[in-house]
Amino acid sequence: MEDIRYEAPKTVKAAVALLANEPGLAKVLAGGTDLLVQMRAETVNPQLLVDIKKIRETHALKRLPDGGWRIGASVTGAEMEEHKRLKKDWPGLVEATDLIGSTQIQGRCTPVGNLCNASPAADSVPAQIAAGAIAVIVGPNGTREIPAENVAVAPGRTSLAKGELVVALLLPPRPKHSSDAYLRFIPRSEMDIAVVGCGVSLTLDVDGTCTAARVALGAVGPRAILVGDAAKALIGTKLEPAALEAAAAASSAAAMPIDDKRGTKEFRIKIAGVLTRRTAEIAYERARKN
Amino acid sequence: MPDDVKVTDLKEFKSVGKRNPRPDGVDKVTGRAKYGADFFLPGMLYGRVLRSPHAHAVIKSIDTSEALKLEGVKAVITRDDFKDLPHAQPPYGPIVHDGGDITRNVMAREKALYDGHPVAAVCATSDTIAKKALKLIKVDYQVLLHVIDPVEAMRDDAPILHEDQFTNGVEPKPTKPSNIFRVMKAERGDLDKGFAEADLIVEREFNTKAVHQGYIEPHACVASASEDGTVELWCSTQGQFNYRATCAMVLGIPTSKIKVTPSEIGGGFGGKLPVYGEPLAIKLSMKARRPVKMVMSRDEVFRSTGPTSGANVWIKIGVKKDGRITAAEGVLKYQAGAFKGSGIGAAIGCMFSEYDLDNIRITGYDVCVNRPKVAAYRAPGVPMAAFGVESVMNEIADKLGMDTVDFRLKNAAKEGTVNVQGIKYGPIGFIEMLEAVKAHPHYNAPLKENQGRGFAAGYWMHAGGMSCATINVQDDGTVNLLEGNPDIGGSRASMCALVAEEFGIPYDRVRTTIADTSSLGFTLFTAGSRVTYATGMAVVEAARSAIKLMVDRAAKAWGVTADQVVWENGQARPASSNVGDFPPMTMSELAKKAPMMGGAIAGHAEINATGQGPAIGAHLVDVEVDPETGFVKPIRFTVFQDVGRAISPDYVEGQMQGGAVQGIGWALNEEYIYNDKGQLQNAGFLDYRMPVASDVPMIDTVMIEEPNPNHPYGVRGVGETPIVPPQAAVINAVENAIGTRISEMPASPPKILKALEAKKRALAAE
Amino acid sequence: MAKHHVSATVNGDPVEFLCETSQSLLEVLREELQMTGTKEGCGTGDCGACSVMLDGRLVCSCLVLGVETEGKSVETIEGMAKGDELHPLQRKFIQHAALQCGICTPGFLVASRALLEENPDPTETEIRFWLAGNLCRCTGYDKIVRAVMDAAQEMRESANAR
Repeated sequence: MEDIRYEAPKTVKAAVALLANEPGLAKVLAGGTDLLVQMRAETVNPQLLVDIKKIRETHALKRLPDGGWRIGASVTGAEMEEHKRLKKDWPGLVEATDLIGSTQIQGRCTPVGNLCNASPAADSVPAQIAAGAIAVIVGPNGTREIPAENVAVAPGRTSLAKGELVVALLLPPRPKHSSDAYLRFIPRSEMDIAVVGCGVSLTLDVDGTCTAARVALGAVGPRAILVGDAAKALIGTKLEPAALEAAAAASSAAAMPIDDKRGTKEFRIKIAGVLTRRTAEIAYERARKN
Repeated sequence: MPDDVKVTDLKEFKSVGKRNPRPDGVDKVTGRAKYGADFFLPGMLYGRVLRSPHAHAVIKSIDTSEALKLEGVKAVITRDDFKDLPHAQPPYGPIVHDGGDITRNVMAREKALYDGHPVAAVCATSDTIAKKALKLIKVDYQVLLHVIDPVEAMRDDAPILHEDQFTNGVEPKPTKPSNIFRVMKAERGDLDKGFAEADLIVEREFNTKAVHQGYIEPHACVASASEDGTVELWCSTQGQFNYRATCAMVLGIPTSKIKVTPSEIGGGFGGKLPVYGEPLAIKLSMKARRPVKMVMSRDEVFRSTGPTSGANVWIKIGVKKDGRITAAEGVLKYQAGAFKGSGIGAAIGCMFSEYDLDNIRITGYDVCVNRPKVAAYRAPGVPMAAFGVESVMNEIADKLGMDTVDFRLKNAAKEGTVNVQGIKYGPIGFIEMLEAVKAHPHYNAPLKENQGRGFAAGYWMHAGGMSCATINVQDDGTVNLLEGNPDIGGSRASMCALVAEEFGIPYDRVRTTIADTSSLGFTLFTAGSRVTYATGMAVVEAARSAIKLMVDRAAKAWGVTADQVVWENGQARPASSNVGDFPPMTMSELAKKAPMMGGAIAGHAEINATGQGPAIGAHLVDVEVDPETGFVKPIRFTVFQDVGRAISPDYVEGQMQGGAVQGIGWALNEEYIYNDKGQLQNAGFLDYRMPVASDVPMIDTVMIEEPNPNHPYGVRGVGETPIVPPQAAVINAVENAIGTRISEMPASPPKILKALEAKKRALAAE
Repeated sequence: MAKHHVSATVNGDPVEFLCETSQSLLEVLREELQMTGTKEGCGTGDCGACSVMLDGRLVCSCLVLGVETEGKSVETIEGMAKGDELHPLQRKFIQHAALQCGICTPGFLVASRALLEENPDPTETEIRFWLAGNLCRCTGYDKIVRAVMDAAQEMRESANAR
C-alpha cells in the first residue's frame, strides 16, 4: 500500500478522464469505508485514487420537480438520515442505508459507494432495487442510466466500463399510498454484515389493495435478487396471511445462498422468507398511512 | 499474614469501601494516559512480523537476503537469532513456564504450528518499508496435514504436532508420540457407589469454541538495546516482572540487563501474560542498534495470540429424589493450541467446587492442536467446564421438579466443606448468595411469551503470590506508594484507599506509582484476581511499617516507649493522658523533622500472599428469543458475587458487569472460525462478534460481603469469577425460552432455529 | 513519490503535515502530530477507538485518509476539555466509573459528545444504538450508558438555566 496517487478533481469530466487514462487500477474514493478496509487488507491495490468529494454536484440530495429524487454519489448515509422529506418518501431506503455500519461509518459511507462496492450483502442495495432506483453513469462515451440491480454483476465486480463512474442515484416519483421498508437479519443487534437483507416497496390503491410491488433480497446470492414471484404474490391482495406466506415462499425459493462464516444456506433460505413477510407488513402499514 | 494482623472490624471506613475517584481518571478521559503504542523514542524503527499462512508446515528454509537489501531495512531476524531452550518441568498451564515452548512460540523453529505463527521479523525506518520487506522474505514450507479439534487430535491417526511429546499421566508410559500432552485426574470418595445410590442420573456432552479475550488494545512495545548489553522495554503488559524474566530467558541475557516499564494497559484478561513481539523487538533493536517499536494489528492479535480453549466436555451427575447429589463425574478435552498448557488443572479444581460432594471424579486431557497457544482468559479453563456442570444441574432441577436455586442450596458448600482437591473451606458466602438470589425481585419477575430465565453458579479460586510495596512519606505529609501491578481495572484507586485508611489520612493525600522492574522487588502479574488481595496486603503491611517508624520516632521525641504511643487519623499521639501531655505529631511534622530524627520516612513490604479464599458467583438472566429466526436478546441480567470486602465498590461492580457481558458474547456469538486449511477466517471485530452496547441490558449487581479472615481487609479477588457462570445462565435462559436443551456454544441463531425445528418435529411425531 | 502537504485545523489550531496517500488520519494524528489520545483498536472501522469529529461529523479516523483532511477541521479527545475544565461527559465518566482500562474511553467520549449535540435527551436505547460502533470489553457498557445519561441531564439543566 504505497506510491498510490491521489487526485481530487473538481468536475465529473475531469474524474472520468483520470479514471479512463489510468493504465493501472484506479478506484473512486467517496466515503472510503469499504475501499480503505480493502486497501489495508491488500485485497484491492489501486495505483490511483480519484476522490470525488470535491465535485459539487455529487453532494446534491434533492427532490426533483416530478417528485423523484436525485442522490449524488458523495451523499452520505448520515445526510440521508437527517433529511426529513426523503425519509417521508423513502423510509425503507433511508433505514437500509442507516444500517450500514456504525454511527461513525454513517458519517462517511454513501449509498452509491455501497452499490458500486458490489458486496452481495450490501444493506442499502435491496432497498435501492425495491425502490426502482436508477444509477446515472458517466464515462468517456457519455452518460447512461441503468437500473440499480444491473450495477453489480458478481461479488466485488460491477458492469461499469473503464473510465465510468456512478454520479447519482435517481428515485422515481412516489404515487400516493406508497412506501417501502427494509429489514435485515444479523446475529447481534448492530454492526454485523447482513446474513439476509430484504427490501420491499409497495403501492396501494385507495382501499388498501396492492397495485405495485418490488421485493429484493440481499446476501442470498452473488448479487441482490429481485424476486418477481414475491411481488406477484402481493399484487392484487391486501397482504392477507396467505399472500404473505406465498411471498415468503417465493423469496425462499428464489434465494440461492452459500454457507459461509456468517450463516448457513439452510438458515438463509428460511430467513429470506421470514424477512419478506415482516418487511412487506411494515411497508404495507406505512403505505396505508400515506 | 503476620499473626498480630487481624481482619479489620466492620467499622466506618473513611476511604475503603467508598466510591473514590480513580487517580488516573483525568489522564484517561483526556487522552493523556500513555498506552503501549503511545511511546516514541528518537531514531525509532518500526518492526513487523512475518507469519506462517499454514496451519502446520515444516519450515525448510528462510531466505532474507532480498529483504536485507531493501533501503530503510535495518535488521532482519529468524529462528537463527534465537537459541533453542530446554523444555521445563511442571507446573504447566495457560501461563507458560516452558522455555522450549516459549522460544518456539515467539519465533518458529522446526515447524510452523498455526496460521499466524511468527517465522521472521524485520525493522525499518517506516512501517510501509517494514511491510514491504516482509514480502521479500522467501520461506520454503512443506505443508503438512493439520488438526484443530481436540477430539480429532486425540485419535491415533491424527497429525502429530510434536514428535517428542509423549502423554503424561498414563501407565504404561506410551512409546508413540501424541497430541495429548497429559491426562489429569482428580478423584474423591467412591464414584460407583454414588451412582448406584442415585434415583436420577443425567449425563450430557457439550462442545464449546475457542474465544479470544478481545482486549481493545493490540499488543505494543518499544525496545531499546544499548551497546553495553542493557535493554529497556516499554510495553503493554499484565506483568512487567514476568515479561522481564521471559525475555531474559528467550534472549539468553541476565535479568539484570533488562528494565521493563509497563505502560497503561488497554485490557488483558490474561492475554497479556505471555510475551509475543517483545523478544523480537529487543532482538531487532540489538541488531539495528536503534529503538524498535512493534505494534500488532488486530488480525495479528486474533491469529497469533492465545485465545482460550475450545472444549469437549462430558458431565454426569447422580442425585437422590430429594435433590442431594450422590456422585459427579466429568471428562474434559481441551484445546491447548500449538503448545501444551490449557486450563485443565483449574477446571478440575473449580468446576464442581461450590458444591458439597462426597464422590467425584474428573479426568482432563490437555490436547495440542494447530491453533495459537491458548492463553489465560479470566478464570482460565473453568467457564467451559462450568457451562457443562451448571447446564446439567439445571436439567436435573427441572426433572426433579425442584426450584433450581433450591437444588443448589441443597448441595451448597459451606465453611468446613472439603473439595475435590482436599481443600477445606473457611467461611464462604454461597448459601447467603443463593438466598439473596431467591429474595431478589428479578427471581420472580413475570416473563412474557418467548422469554426465558436462566440461572447458573460458579466457583473460582484466585491467586496470591509475591508482591512488593514501598511507601515514602513526603515532607508535606503526603504519601508516595510504589507498587508493581499494571492497573487494568482501577486497582490504583484501591491501593490509595487502603493506604489512606491505614494512615488515617484523606484519600487524595496518597499517590500511587506503578513501578518498573528496576524500582521495586518482584511482583507477580496483574492477573488471577490477585492484586487487591495480595498487593493490597503488601501495601497495608508497608503502611504499617512506615507507621511503626513514625510511632517510634514520636515515642523517642517524647521520651516514652513505643507501646505508649498510638497512631490515629494521620497523627501519633500519647496512648493516654498518663503517658504525658504531648500534643500529637502529624505526618507532615514528622516528615519535616525527619532529617533530625534519623532520615526520610519510609515503609516497605515484600510478601508472598497466601490464605486466599474461594470467590463464588451466581448469575440470573432473562432472554427473549425470536422463534422465527433464533435471534436472542438478553433483556435482564443480575450478577451476584461474594466479594469479601469491596475496597472500591464501583470497580468491583465493574468487574462483575464486564465478566457478565463477556459471558454473553461467549454464549451467543463469539467463536474462532477456521477454513479447511486451518486458516482463521474471522480475524477482526467485524466477524468475531463481541457484544456491542445495543446487545445487552443494564447489568445489575448484588455484592455479598463474607470477608476472608486471612486478609487484613477481608478481601477476596473478584475479577475472574464473573466469567464462570454467565454462559450457562444465558444458555439456560434460552433453553427455558424455547423449551429444548442446548449443549453447545455459541448458541448462534442457526443453531437455535435448528433446535426449535427439531422440537417441533418431535412434538408433531407424538 | 513525494508526500502530500496538508493544511488542516485540529482542535481549533492550524496544523500542517506531510503524509503518504495511504496514511490514514489516525496514523497522521498519532505518528505525524504525536497526538496519541486517539487509539487504534482495529484499523477497520469496527471498534470506534479512533473516533474523531471531521467537519462536525463523527467518523472513524482509521477510515479517513490524511490527505482527505485538507482544509478541514478535526476535533479529537485532546480538545474536549476547555483549559482546566473537563467536559461534563469526562467528569461523569470518572464519577460513574465508566472506564476500567480506559483504552476505549476517548472514542466513547467523542462519540457521546456527538450524540448529545444532536440529541440532548436520548433514551437508553438511543444511546446504546448510537454507541454501537464503540467497543468496550471491560465494562459491559452499563456504567458508560449511565454516565452519558447523567451528563445529558446535567447539560440539559445548565442549558435551561441559561
